[in-house]
Order: sequence, then structure tokens, then C-alpha cells
Amino acid sequence: MTKPVRDLPSGVQEEKRLSRHAVNLWRWGLLIALIALWELGARLGWLDPFFFSSPTEIFRTAVTKWQTGDLWRDIAYTSASTLLGFALGTVIGSLIGLLFWFSRRAALVAEPWLVVLNALPKLALAPVLVILFGIGFSSKVILAFLMTVITAAISAWSGAKAVDPALTTLLFSLGAKRRQVFTLLVVPSAMPWIISGLRVNIALSMAGSIVGEFIASDRGLGRMIVYAGTTFDLKLVWVGVVVLSILSVLMYLAVVLLENLLSRRWSAEQNQT
Amino acid sequence: MPDVDYLSVRGVSKQFDSGGNAVSAIEDVSFDIARGSFVSILGPSGCGKSTLFNVIAGLLPPTAGDVRLGDTSIIGKAGQVGYMLQKDLLLPWRTIEDNITLGQTLRGIRKRTARQAAAPLIDRCGLAHFEKKKPHQLSGGMRQRAALLRTLLTGKDVLLLDEPFGALDAITRLQLQMTLIDVWQETRKTILFVTHDVDEALLLSDEIIVLTQRPGRVRARLTVDLPRPRTPDMLASPDLMQLKAQLMTLLLQEVTEP
Repeated sequence: MTKPVRDLPSGVQEEKRLSRHAVNLWRWGLLIALIALWELGARLGWLDPFFFSSPTEIFRTAVTKWQTGDLWRDIAYTSASTLLGFALGTVIGSLIGLLFWFSRRAALVAEPWLVVLNALPKLALAPVLVILFGIGFSSKVILAFLMTVITAAISAWSGAKAVDPALTTLLFSLGAKRRQVFTLLVVPSAMPWIISGLRVNIALSMAGSIVGEFIASDRGLGRMIVYAGTTFDLKLVWVGVVVLSILSVLMYLAVVLLENLLSRRWSAEQNQT
Repeated sequence: MPDVDYLSVRGVSKQFDSGGNAVSAIEDVSFDIARGSFVSILGPSGCGKSTLFNVIAGLLPPTAGDVRLGDTSIIGKAGQVGYMLQKDLLLPWRTIEDNITLGQTLRGIRKRTARQAAAPLIDRCGLAHFEKKKPHQLSGGMRQRAALLRTLLTGKDVLLLDEPFGALDAITRLQLQMTLIDVWQETRKTILFVTHDVDEALLLSDEIIVLTQRPGRVRARLTVDLPRPRTPDMLASPDLMQLKAQLMTLLLQEVTEP
């Protein structure tokens, strides 16, 4: 969000607003131009339609798949495992991170573990998880969960660490118990940190779900893409890619919306002293 | 008066461990405060005033000595006295109303009851119509008013105020000093007030305790013999000028003498 510039004469402000308009126009224009170019390229034979298909072809395939109900089911399956893994990972991870506040020692012991676990390529574990938890829904949720839980814990712990010690002193001087300092001060103080981790985590969670479906699954957009690839149905692969892109943008926007709602509640305007 | 030693600090010392060396912040500090009096503590910076306050507030165990409130020792017992600091320390996500009643919330008192108890003092402290606002919507002076009110509403008889107006501009500070005197005269709390500002100490206090350079000890204790209610123009009276000169000399000696 940009702050409005108050001191400028109205003419300059007008110009600013116009340029913002122009930026939006350019953004959408570029997208449309790219799609048009793709279509044109396919029709004029610059692009091999077998590999690259074309926007109209992809759209037609998507509509057919939608009508049979397959596409809809796959979207629901992937969305569900992504959101469930995201929610579980965020809630459990944040709780773990926050609870470290109660024990400096536990936190110090856990810190290098968190860093290493965070750096670990969890997607590489996907085959093991699928064997452990089966090819069904749960293995996808667990993978999405593992992708998010560590980052959520790290964000929450950073927030808990950043609590103003003077505020802690004040609450204790008012006779607060440790549990009260935790609920009244630590949790709300860490909220902006937790919230800022959500955007990254929704994308990570979706990556976990899709890779799980790549390994072994009987449903989901990831499985659809793999299946279409092995049968050389590249049109369908493109449908999968486009639908996944749209889905991830929608989820991202939903998280941004959630962020705005949450940060209004836990207004982060604590910089003024 | 039966309560001349209501708050009693007896031989309090505090040493900190600094890289293997014991550094003394305060040494053998003793004084008694009568119930309902207003006493300022004046001293050069780094004389251990905040350490002393943390000990009295029960947040820091002293190396030696005792602090008694009435008949009981309050060493290590937090929540026995009200404590206010230079920073307002309002919780940014709570409204002013919920911030000033924080002490009651911690004791499990219902919000409605707490608010009712706060209502008459809200007006008194000049915070009427600001109850529903968030701290960031208020000026520094108003936020400090809220912090003062939060301290008053703890319901404790003893209030420790650690340079509460130190960060405010001169006019706002004067307004808050007047509010504080006003509220103090009505509630008759026992106030221990740390400040760097000699005029502030003179204007507000019954007595002034001067601490030495680190490690802090009690250097002198002076009585401010001025009628109440106090007004800023009293600072120009000859008696007070003399007291001020005396204080200044004491403080200057502390800073210059090794």
C-alpha cells in the first residue's frame, strides 16, 4: 500500500492516479498479448501444436473435462489437501514456535533442528511418505503439512522472541502469571510474524500436495498432469498447468484477504512510541 | 502518624555479574516512606534508580536487604505495587479502555466491572472520549495519561513512577504533572517518583531523596516545605530557589567527584 502524497498540487496527484491506471492496463494488456501471441503462433505454425497446443484448444479440452466432472473433482481434491495441509501446518507450527517462549532452553536446543529441517528438501521424502501413508488423501495432506509446519514454527518463534522485554516486565509488575503474559502479550505480538508467513506457506503447501499426487495418486490435478504426460496427451497437461496456475493465484489472493482481515485485528502500528 | 515507615527499604544492595566481575548497582540503600506521601528520587544517570525500582516492584531479587510494605516483606513478590515507566507500554492491539483496565483483567475481574471502576478517573485524567481508540491514534501525552491511569487503576497503595514524563515536551509534561498532583491529592496514594528534573521533583514532592553516583547510595534527604495545592509559580519563591541551589550543588558534586 502506498501512502497518498498530501502536499502535492492536485495536478500532480491526478497524474499519479492516471499512471497507476496505466500500470494496470499494461499488466492485463501483457497477459492478453501473450495469450494472443500463443494462439497466433500455433495457428501460423511457428509453434508445434503437439507440444504447445493453443489457448483455444486448451480451453476446449478444459470445458470437455469440466462437463464430464473429472476436472472439477481433481480441482476439489487438490484444493482440499492443500488447504488442509496449510491449515494444520500453520496452526501446529505456530503453536510449537510460540510455546518455545516458555522455555529458553528448549528453544535453544530446537533452533538448529528447525534450521536444518527447514533446509531439508522435504519433497524428496515424498516417495517414503506415499509408501508409509498410502496413495490416498492422507499422504498428500501430510506432505503439504510437512512443507509448512517448520516455516510456521520459525515465524512464530521469531515473533515470540521479538516481544518487547519492557512490556513483559510491565505485565509481570501488574501481577500477571506466565500463562497470562503468553496469551495477552506473546501471542498477539507474534501475530504479525505468523501472518507474514502465510503467503509463502500456501504456495509451499500446494507444491507438497502436487508432488504427492505426482508420486502416486488416483485423483488430483497432479495425477491428471502425470497421467496426461505418460499418454502423450499434452493438451491435457496444459489444461492441468493452467488450472493449477489459476488455482494458486486464487489461493494466494484468499490468503492476502485473510492477512488483511487478521492484521486489522492485530494492528501492527506499534512502531510509534 | 502511625504509618511513617509504611514502605520501608532496608539495606538493599544489588550486584550484577558482568563477565565474572560483580558490579554493584546499588549499595546499602535504606529509607522509609510515610503512607500517602510523595517522594522523589533524584540522582545522576546510572545511579541504579531503575534497579532499585525493580527490586521494590518484586521483579528483581536483591543481593542483600529487605523491602517491607506495612508488616510484610515484598521481596520477589510482583504485583504488590503499581509501576509506571517512561515508555507508555500500551498494548497496540487493545483499545485505551482495555489497556487501562489491564491490571483488573489480569486479576480476573470482568470487563464491565473494570470499566465502571475506571469511568470516574478517565475524566479526571483527561481521557474522556478516547476510550475506544487504539494507542497509535493518540499523541504521546495522551498515551502517557493512559499509562498513568492504568497504574492508578491497579488499586495498589504504592506507585513507583520511573521518569514517567521524561519523554514529553515541556508543556505536555506540565499538564501531566498537574494531573498527577490532582489525582494524588484525591486518592492519597504513596508515590515514589524517579526523575532527572530538579524542578519536577521540587514541584511535586513532599520529600526528595538524592542518590549518589553508581553504586547508588542515599546521599541526602530533603523536605520540600511548600503548601498544597502547588502551582508552577511557586518554583520562583526564594525558599525554593535556595533548595534548588542546594540540590543542584549536591548533584553536581556527584557527577564531578570521582
